[in-house]
Amino acid sequence: MNKILYKEKLSSEVFKIVVEAPLIAQARKPGQFVILQYGGDFGERIPLTIADADPDKGTITLIFQAVGDSTHRLALKEVGDSVDNILGPLGHPTEIKKYGKVVCVGGGIGVAPLHPIAQAMKAAGNEVKIIMGARNKSLLIMEKEMSAIADELIIVTDDGSFGRKGLVTEPLKDLCETWKPDCVVAIGPPIMMKFCALTTKPYGIHTIVSLNTIMIDGTGMCGGCRVSVGGETKFVCVDGPEFDGHLVDWDNMMMRLGTYRPQEQESHHRCHIGLNIPEGEA
Amino acid sequence: MHRSKDELDSLARSQLAELEGKSLSMKDRGQIPVQEMPTQEPEQRIHNMDEVATGYTESQVKVEALRCLQCKNKPCVQGCPVAIDIPAFIAKAAQGDFAGATETIKQSSLLPAICGRVCPQESQCQKFCTVGKMHKDVDQAVAIGRIERFVADWTRENGCDKLPEIAPPTGKKVAVVGSGPASISAAADLRRAGHEVVMFEALHKAGGVLVYGIPEFRLPKAIVQKELDNLTAMGVHIELDFLVGRTRTLSDLMTKDGFSAVFVGSGAGLPKFMSIPGENYIGVFSANEYLTRSNLMKAYDVGKSHTPLFESHKVAVFGGGNVAMDAARTAIRLGADEVTIVYRRTEAEMPARKEEVAHAKEEGIRFLFLHAPLKIEADDKGRVTGVELIACELGEPDASGRRSPVEIPGTERVEAFDTVIVAIGNASNPLIKQTTPGIETNRRGNFIVDEETCETSIPGVYAGGDIVLGAATVILAMGQGRKAAKAMNRYLATL
Repeated sequence: MNKILYKEKLSSEVFKIVVEAPLIAQARKPGQFVILQYGGDFGERIPLTIADADPDKGTITLIFQAVGDSTHRLALKEVGDSVDNILGPLGHPTEIKKYGKVVCVGGGIGVAPLHPIAQAMKAAGNEVKIIMGARNKSLLIMEKEMSAIADELIIVTDDGSFGRKGLVTEPLKDLCETWKPDCVVAIGPPIMMKFCALTTKPYGIHTIVSLNTIMIDGTGMCGGCRVSVGGETKFVCVDGPEFDGHLVDWDNMMMRLGTYRPQEQESHHRCHIGLNIPEGEA
Repeated sequence: MHRSKDELDSLARSQLAELEGKSLSMKDRGQIPVQEMPTQEPEQRIHNMDEVATGYTESQVKVEALRCLQCKNKPCVQGCPVAIDIPAFIAKAAQGDFAGATETIKQSSLLPAICGRVCPQESQCQKFCTVGKMHKDVDQAVAIGRIERFVADWTRENGCDKLPEIAPPTGKKVAVVGSGPASISAAADLRRAGHEVVMFEALHKAGGVLVYGIPEFRLPKAIVQKELDNLTAMGVHIELDFLVGRTRTLSDLMTKDGFSAVFVGSGAGLPKFMSIPGENYIGVFSANEYLTRSNLMKAYDVGKSHTPLFESHKVAVFGGGNVAMDAARTAIRLGADEVTIVYRRTEAEMPARKEEVAHAKEEGIRFLFLHAPLKIEADDKGRVTGVELIACELGEPDASGRRSPVEIPGTERVEAFDTVIVAIGNASNPLIKQTTPGIETNRRGNFIVDEETCETSIPGVYAGGDIVLGAATVILAMGQGRKAAKAMNRYLATL
């Protein structure tokens, strides 16, 4: 069960694994996520978005960045190993329909969950332009897959090592001005999604974001994932993970992500030793 | 004054020596002192997660059982939600026939070791006990729950637990959604009838609230595991990591996967917050999250567990139920310096079990009655720094029959806390409702079921426990699980 059939290192800290999970592969739709738990009784439960699935082969594709204790442990698993527990698919699927013109913005690892959404948006008859951003060239992932879908693919890097130098919000603003999209889907680090939402707001363009908050069970039971959306408390696991980016209280959401920062720094330091990732890169 | 188990036992031995062989009048029995439950010393137990109440000794249970008057009209039985023949099992316990006593209980309740520990006996069976009435004090009632616990533990520990007989296969498949007390009971009774039973649990470990919610110090997980092992030994298949409504829908189970009937015991499981300002600051947790981190994820085992734990010094717990007590007592064990329970009413209205309140007090938990939180305050990083509280007084009774708290204007003040745990109950989880067309729920989202059969608005789909009752008790959940299973067995026989 949950056997890893394929593993690839996409960049210095980003890994792709294909895992046997037939029921999830059958049921999942773009926008949904899974929760993984491994390492016996003491393992943490971590949410990961589903990058792709093959219902015929009964597999799902997960792309993750080794940023914390548990993702580092996951990165140490090899083909043939199993992940003890995978629950899913969780959350509401993306609302895929014909909007007309859609811009998909992916930052860093956010490109992975964006891929099936962009694909579905295209299949629904939308014109799709894609903006991908990363800190540098080595952290860019899935460029080929995205360019296969996109009517136009714009790549930006913070340091200019590939594509345009700058942030994703710059081409996004240009597109809002010149192309006038009907819908924007932004998935990436919270700060990126916040500024994408701020960019599109003056133009009144519907902006979907996908939140990845702290959660335990993923079924609505713990409430750890709660965010304030339009002044109301919502649970990312059962009400989301996608919300109207213009209504999310970003500052509160980002603050809450830092709840366990002191503890995480402690364990992060420990696990870097095992993976040989230079401290500065992660 | 804390008395050790040895002291209590030697006291019971001498009492027993005097009592045994004598013919005891009702008055004699009524005058035997109630046996105190041995516990770990408070100073010791706040540094570990082990069970607080360590259980009667054999002498104690025999003395306690002799206190029972064996009333002909059995008033205690009316107080039991599943109508256990209480005088009958106590009579067997008095004779030292502990396995026999357990067998008597098991005719009505499948989980005596659990219910003996977590039932609110003082508002159920013991409330009606004649001995308690003689003394005009419910604390003097026969300690039915403690006797129940002893005989169930004895039976398990001495390997006398018999697996029930399983009827020949019926060829019918039944799904049980969730693995808490309602589902465990339903699964056992359905399996006994010879059906193939598959239990679906969303988490990576079965047991539901018994595992993620109730702490080890109140209900050892090994006891819950034993009940689950028994189910497996009976042939129930437990499927983990399976969320009905997402992994497969309830309709999939019935139309595509060959299940002829489904029991839904998915629990309440959606924590309520209070909608006061500051509720999403760092350091505010639902009791579910706080307890799940500690219990299910074993975050209390710092260094081993990969699930982080929030470092707390001054903790406020909002609420007055068992979950509030569990959260407060967990916080103390996790190293908080001071833990305060903030409750809007007085001690008399608190829904928690009396024993839990007493234990909490012994452990140094502070109780702030007649106070309500208005607002949670935080520093510029969003970390909780305090709570604005207002004093209350009791007004007219509300819909629950309890006198409702009325805020007293002008009494607002801020108290410093770094952690807030909200334990004001759970709403029902909307997932199965959202993904199952035709299922009828009330305005609170609880499934509407036939009172006699627990059948929902969809033929073949039954439900019980908190998904029907709202947040209730283990014994009520178990009772509904059994009631539903009985009706399901009848329904399946017609197919």
